[in-house]
Amino acid sequence: MSRNLDINVEHLTRVEGHGNIVVNMREGVLEKAQLEIVEAPRYFEAMLKGRSFHEAAIITSRICGICSLGHQITSLKATEQALGLEVSEQTVLLRKLLIHGATLQSNILHAYFLAAPDFLGEGSVFPLVGTHPEVVVRALRMKRLANDIGDVVSGRAVHPITPVPGGFTRIPTRKELLELKRRLVEDMVPDFAATVDTMEALAGAIPDFTRETEFISLRSEDEYGLYDGQICSTDTGCVPDTEYMAMTNEHVVGHSTSKHCKVSRSSYMVGALARWNNSHDKLCDVALDAAKRLGLAPDCHNPYMNTIAQVVEAGHCALDAVAIIDKLLDDGLKDEQPNQEPTRFGTGVGATEVPRGILYHEYTYDRQGRVAAANCIIPTGQNLANIDDDMKKLVPEIVGETKEEITLKLEMLVRAYDPCISCSVHLLDVDFIE
Amino acid sequence: MADKPLRTDKPRVAIFDFTGCEGCELNQLNFEDQLLDILAHVDIVEWREAMDGHADEYDIAFVEGCLSTPDCIKRIHDIRRRTKVLVALGACAVTGGVNAVKNTRPIEDVREEVYGDDKYLFPTLPALPVSSVVKVDYNVRGCPMTQIEFLRLFTALVMGKDFVEPDQSVCVECKLRENECVFEKGMICLGPVTRAGCNAHCTTVGQYCTGCRGLVSEPNIKGMEEILVQHGLSVDEAWKRLELYNANQLEGVQR
Repeated sequence: MSRNLDINVEHLTRVEGHGNIVVNMREGVLEKAQLEIVEAPRYFEAMLKGRSFHEAAIITSRICGICSLGHQITSLKATEQALGLEVSEQTVLLRKLLIHGATLQSNILHAYFLAAPDFLGEGSVFPLVGTHPEVVVRALRMKRLANDIGDVVSGRAVHPITPVPGGFTRIPTRKELLELKRRLVEDMVPDFAATVDTMEALAGAIPDFTRETEFISLRSEDEYGLYDGQICSTDTGCVPDTEYMAMTNEHVVGHSTSKHCKVSRSSYMVGALARWNNSHDKLCDVALDAAKRLGLAPDCHNPYMNTIAQVVEAGHCALDAVAIIDKLLDDGLKDEQPNQEPTRFGTGVGATEVPRGILYHEYTYDRQGRVAAANCIIPTGQNLANIDDDMKKLVPEIVGETKEEITLKLEMLVRAYDPCISCSVHLLDVDFIE
Repeated sequence: MADKPLRTDKPRVAIFDFTGCEGCELNQLNFEDQLLDILAHVDIVEWREAMDGHADEYDIAFVEGCLSTPDCIKRIHDIRRRTKVLVALGACAVTGGVNAVKNTRPIEDVREEVYGDDKYLFPTLPALPVSSVVKVDYNVRGCPMTQIEFLRLFTALVMGKDFVEPDQSVCVECKLRENECVFEKGMICLGPVTRAGCNAHCTTVGQYCTGCRGLVSEPNIKGMEEILVQHGLSVDEAWKRLELYNANQLEGVQR
């Protein structure tokens, strides 16, 4: 079909941060299809340079409010490795519990508040308060409980307070954890079942689009790998997290203040769908049942299904959170102080699966324990090239539809990645030259 | 107080983000227990992070983030023209927040360090608080914004009542919560010069006060520096900690 098409969605709504979708087609030939990143840079390296190791995680969590827990945990892991700080098993369990809470919160927020309105023909979740009140109340109840995990365990869900290098400044009480467990079992489990019903009713509206690509995520042989594991590619297999530079290959492109990444192909995808493709065998039965009902099968190459993978994963996070609380209580809570006596000053890498995909932090500390060099590679930055490649395949396939329909499908595509543009731009990637 | 009275029917609310992490906006979506009540009292007419659509006029504009590019300056003047009340939301909007740390170094050095030869591609200004460019009617402080303070201000606005910011130090609230002094635990703390209103939340959960709510109106900075040095920090390190959230306020203060 010979067609001229110009789409310019400026400051796409219902995503974190500022991005524009730009598509130009001339007489049926696609000239441009890309997501432009126009977020204002924030110069985080200027904030980190020379800062004490006590402050590194406080500062890097401010890269993004939505991903603050993920940045904080990843930053702490990198700092601890660089300074040779051992952490206890209790610290690791509490951090895993926090990651489950943050992943639940983020996935529920995205599925109900940011993505679902598209499937119901609405511009936001607010009209649904009148038309589907029970769904909105359920979503809010799930989000509240997920945030309460953060509030109880880390002092505050947005920009957590108590996780510090070497441990926690405050250990939650037995009573607090028992109450979280009670609400997870009594409220979250039935709410998750109802969520699967709701999403099943909407799943028919997910666009049918497939583009084979590479998926990269952490994978652990012990569990559904979120806190740690090896870097795993659907193309090339697993490598240790210290190989992260080779598994990202950041490079600058003209239309984005955020850098792009590639490994085996021109682009790759990270996030819930990548975790599904690499680690679905490690999910609990409730999550696997949900996947079956929602039409998510292994080696899924439809990026719109990322939202479904997020929902599936939320079920796993809820049930595994209960298992972690049981383990913490069975082992007996210990009132530990954080271990903050460095045994060396060097370089450390942290890799964590955060809601939008694999996140890397790397720091080098001088002998006073001050940041000498820092590097963060952000999930959304890793996905940008994949989004562009998706758009280049999608637009010619749907070029017969109206401009409004094409625009909506492009917006839904970008939203499906749940992009976090503040994160992607506020990356730090500089060796300080003294 | 604002110059113009609020409309008597439901106030039209708009929410905007500038340079920041959007954590304060997320904190608004995190009012799960209050969100439906909030929506019953106001009409949200513009909020890019949560909804489609634009509005020409509003009664209350909540502004998150600092101003750091020429485009920010243009947008904030436009928002000020369209709104009756303007609220600065969170540390970035109120003081410049952590972004302002970059202001402590020559801006050309900072740009070159990040973008190298491409530094002129991305226009930048010092990270400025909203009040340095337009009139701000109210502040909600904190990083992220203090939720209890937001609800106090929000209630006052929809009821047409005035809202007064606290101006005592975090130490006052910390003492009222009967916490052991953070300095007694062998740590450092910025509570003595930091504006209260957070109910000393961080110190209550075992962390030191990082100063995210900004300084009290007449802070004794020299005294604070002395206490920090007495507790083991170098003068340089003491100032780094003080400047994390207060680089703009401390500009020009004698070390």
